[in-house]
Amino acid sequence: MSVYGPVVKIHPVVLASIGDSYERRNEGASRVIGTLLGTIDKHSVEVTNCFSVPHNESEDEVAVDMEFAKNMYELHKRVSPSEVIVGWYATGFEITEHSVLIHEYYSREATNPIHMTMDTALQSGKMNIRAYVSAQMGVPGKTVGVMFTPLSVKYKYYDTERIGVDLLQRTRDAPNTTNGLTSDLCQVGGAAGRVQDMLATVLTYIEDVLSGKQTADNSVGRYLMDLVNKVPKITAEDFETMLNSNINDLLMVTYLSNLTQAQIALNEKIVVL
Amino acid sequence: MATRKESTSTPTAPMASTSPGATLDSPVKQIQIEGLVVLKMIKHYQEEGQGSEVVQGVLLGLVVEDRLEITNCFPFPQHTEDDADFDEVQYQMEMMRSLRHVNIDHLHVGWYQSTYYGSFVSRALLDSQFSYQHAIEESVVLIYDPIKTAQGSLSLKAYRLTPKLMEICKEKDFSAEGLKKAMIGFEHMFEEVPIVIKNSHLINVLMWELEEKSTVADKHELLNLSSSNHLEKSLQLLMDRVDDMSQDIVKYNTYSRNLSKQQQQKHQYTQRRQQENAQRQTRGETPLPEEDVTKMFKPPQPPPRMDTLLIAGQINNYCQNVKEFTSQNLGKLFMAEALQGHNS
Repeated sequence: MSVYGPVVKIHPVVLASIGDSYERRNEGASRVIGTLLGTIDKHSVEVTNCFSVPHNESEDEVAVDMEFAKNMYELHKRVSPSEVIVGWYATGFEITEHSVLIHEYYSREATNPIHMTMDTALQSGKMNIRAYVSAQMGVPGKTVGVMFTPLSVKYKYYDTERIGVDLLQRTRDAPNTTNGLTSDLCQVGGAAGRVQDMLATVLTYIEDVLSGKQTADNSVGRYLMDLVNKVPKITAEDFETMLNSNINDLLMVTYLSNLTQAQIALNEKIVVL
Repeated sequence: MATRKESTSTPTAPMASTSPGATLDSPVKQIQIEGLVVLKMIKHYQEEGQGSEVVQGVLLGLVVEDRLEITNCFPFPQHTEDDADFDEVQYQMEMMRSLRHVNIDHLHVGWYQSTYYGSFVSRALLDSQFSYQHAIEESVVLIYDPIKTAQGSLSLKAYRLTPKLMEICKEKDFSAEGLKKAMIGFEHMFEEVPIVIKNSHLINVLMWELEEKSTVADKHELLNLSSSNHLEKSLQLLMDRVDDMSQDIVKYNTYSRNLSKQQQQKHQYTQRRQQENAQRQTRGETPLPEEDVTKMFKPPQPPPRMDTLLIAGQINNYCQNVKEFTSQNLGKLFMAEALQGHNS
């Protein structure tokens, strides 16, 4: 039986969604389950969306609202027709017997569903995010059992997602977890600050190597040479002319846009007269 | 462009009353967005927005005192085939009913839209936002600019219609006199509401985990020096709008010239009439009846001023964006100069 080459790529949207639905769970429910949507590649599964499904779980039985799941999937398909059901998720640390039942249901919907767990109760101090695929085990002919084999999990971002996540990271340090969006020049300053931090790290490493505290690593040395060579060697005059022409362009554009704004303001005043 | 059907679900949660003397003169002073909503919007554009121009979706949340909290959102399918419009409302209703089952806030508080280089001031947007704000007082429209975001910093703005503009839309009086009476300038069409991003503690833990497990961002797009491409496109759009504006102005000029010509003609006609009457009286004949002058000269149609207002607003927006962009780039150029100065 084919198992996916063990890579599951998850987008941060999915994780945030799961966390949110865990926080909104009904009273008395200890965990939340839901469907994972995404695309399947030859060697990897990319999970790009999810929605939670209401279910009831008690000691001996589990009930999942399958109508609901089907409906939601139809609605989601209208927006992104390329997403298919790739599996399901559950919060919590362990895989219970109920999981097996739910997994069976999902194997009817998708060819080889992925089961993802996210430990939102932080039982081990961390939020373990794991993915599994079911595999048959046992003696053929006799009772067959199901085993969940773990897969490796990677996080995949689009560029814009990366930037969004970076912004969200900043709420970690704020006291009441809020953060405003910054204005234009501040952002450049922030980015420059980050580059400066990285340079400082590199510099401390170099000094350690020079003073003998750390052994030099050749590959790192090669990277460093690349870095230093990346600053282009232009004569001072050429650089001056290039810089000046760029600055002139920008200033001209600023002047023109200011002029346009003044023009339309004037136009309005004249019309109102 | 999609014109959306107004949502028919009436909000069940209590609404915040307009606070008297609020500085922003509106019931919403701040918008608080959850990280989840931001990520969903980014993903929606990334996956579905490459071909066509705009992607739209609905914002869900609740109103707390003078803040509008946006806690979830769902995307809207595009208008690919011309289905019956009934589809839209049904989709919305079903989605919200389903989300209610999983305890997600189902209060409709606004909508979001992506934009292309900042061009979003249009009649369709105005109509949609008006119908939203009419039904739900605190609703906002979130404009997400993916191209600016790809350059390094999340660009998300929240807009509402000013009360003045709301009144005008209510009366549907878009003529020149109506706008003159209300004294609306293009700067007073939309008001921007400040945005704050909030994450719950669980999401914060998630962020820490992600930070650990993922590699350092290897693209520092923000520090990219090349600006001409982006600038070219923005200026192109600006020029198009300015062309539209000048056409509008020409129309208005011809109208006012026609009007004054007509006035002159009317004046001449009445004068001639009076002269003739005076002559006839001297000759002793009965004076000609006074004809209704206005019926003879039908006044020309004044051109609609609403479009001009929208175009002016759009031009203003473009100029703002261009200025922001150039200020960023100037900073970067000066940094590059400092770096080079050290080397040589």
